[in-house]
Amino acid sequence: MSLWEYANPVKFMRLSGAVLPWVSVLAGVSITAALFWGFFLTPDDFKQGSTVKIIFIHVPAAMLAINAWFMMLVASLIWVIRRHHVSALAARAAAPIGFVMTLVALITGAVWGQPMWGTWWAWDPRLTSFLILALFYLGYMALWEAVENPDTAADLTSVLCLVGTVFAILSRYAVNFWNQGLHQGASIGRVDAVTGADTAEKVSNVYFYPLALSILGFFLLFVMLVLLRTRTEIRVRRTSALLARERIG
Amino acid sequence: MPELGDYAFEVLLAYGVSIALILALVGASIWRAKRVTRALREIEARRDQS
Amino acid sequence: MALLIRDLRIATRAGGGAGLGLAFFLMVVILVPLGVGPETQLLARIAPGVLWVGALLACLLTLDRIFALDFEDGTLDALLCAPLPLSGVVLVKSIAHWLVTGLPLTLVSPLLGVLLNLPAEGYFWLMASLLPGTLSLSVIGAFGAALTVGVRRGGLLLSLLVLPLYVPSLVFGAECASALMNVKDPTTPFILLTVITLASLAFLPVAGAAALRANLR
Repeated sequence: MSLWEYANPVKFMRLSGAVLPWVSVLAGVSITAALFWGFFLTPDDFKQGSTVKIIFIHVPAAMLAINAWFMMLVASLIWVIRRHHVSALAARAAAPIGFVMTLVALITGAVWGQPMWGTWWAWDPRLTSFLILALFYLGYMALWEAVENPDTAADLTSVLCLVGTVFAILSRYAVNFWNQGLHQGASIGRVDAVTGADTAEKVSNVYFYPLALSILGFFLLFVMLVLLRTRTEIRVRRTSALLARERIG
Repeated sequence: MPELGDYAFEVLLAYGVSIALILALVGASIWRAKRVTRALREIEARRDQS
Repeated sequence: MALLIRDLRIATRAGGGAGLGLAFFLMVVILVPLGVGPETQLLARIAPGVLWVGALLACLLTLDRIFALDFEDGTLDALLCAPLPLSGVVLVKSIAHWLVTGLPLTLVSPLLGVLLNLPAEGYFWLMASLLPGTLSLSVIGAFGAALTVGVRRGGLLLSLLVLPLYVPSLVFGAECASALMNVKDPTTPFILLTVITLASLAFLPVAGAAALRANLR
């Protein structure tokens, strides 16, 4: 009995079907609780006012945006090396989630930036690299849609994911380099400023606990959505296989 | 409703848009899961008959 | 080598599209002053960036020709069985693409720099950055073309896949070309750009070959 057992679609369907309701309930409860806590029960920050409440969505979304891509990378590697179909389908299932989380992080960041920096959008390295990450997600999803043969699509998207990872990291450094050239150190290490140095002494715990709960909730949501969407992809695959058999028979 | 001060619009906008986006994603996932499951069930039923 | 000569001959034949990228580059550079206005100072400031983005778009325009024709008439299947490894084929084809688009672009870029009032000291680094830069664009583009060769009407998809991959080259290249005007040292971005080009040359043909194999199966 090893982990690879669950690469078998039948076993995966059985296990994920059993787990899915629990994960969904837990995700729903913890996100609702965290956002309620964050929105209604936390005090305003003395510098940022009530905008500090945005952190409870912004930070978990940004973490998921990166971790979803990382999960796709691992799943793609498993597909390339061991050719488990469930793995390829899980990578496909994760991409739209990562894309939406990237959008959420960008939008909440822009809305936050408006009162804090006086502009909706600054070409800050962090913002720019998230925009590029969104483009990577778009390209990845478009390639899945465009290729008809599912195995070929899985191969091609895996290769794209591997190469894309390298270039995404490169872009991160390139953008860092580029922005230093434009305006010195004007960027705001927002996450650090809020969770770390600035407010740490006085109020960090007030924000930290609901933030941690929110991060947990978002991760559970991610797991739930990946399971659900992977199950859907497996069913799509089985449907088309059965249809093909009917046409022959 | 907590006192949001000067930034009420920004905070509400950020929460509103994010929650709408995430709910849309969850809704789309569930809707597609249901539709695909129903289609698969139909085909399997047809196969069992013949 | 024979493959390189064959590709070059096809590209330079009428309708091969060798001049197309060059003409497009010219168009972009002419349209920008029409769009932003004729102030010479402003044009001089944005000239390196405009030339770089123009080169990038011109390169993008001709990418889908790298493999499409050979895929349709079955030449690629023949190349799969050739003694040359498939990654070598990808490498040769990207170099051929560079020779007919990137290299001419680099050579005419000073002329277009004149149109944009590029200051005199900018020319050397403009060409120095475009030379390895366009090569990396061709190699990365060939990888993208290998991914999308089996997709019908894949041109738009190809752009969507390749553009994010172009970000590092564009950033370092434009930075290098405009460094002197901002009173900075252009060698650091130049070295980084060269490293990207060499690394792309070394690794991307292998990835491109893997993509071609998946498409040809």
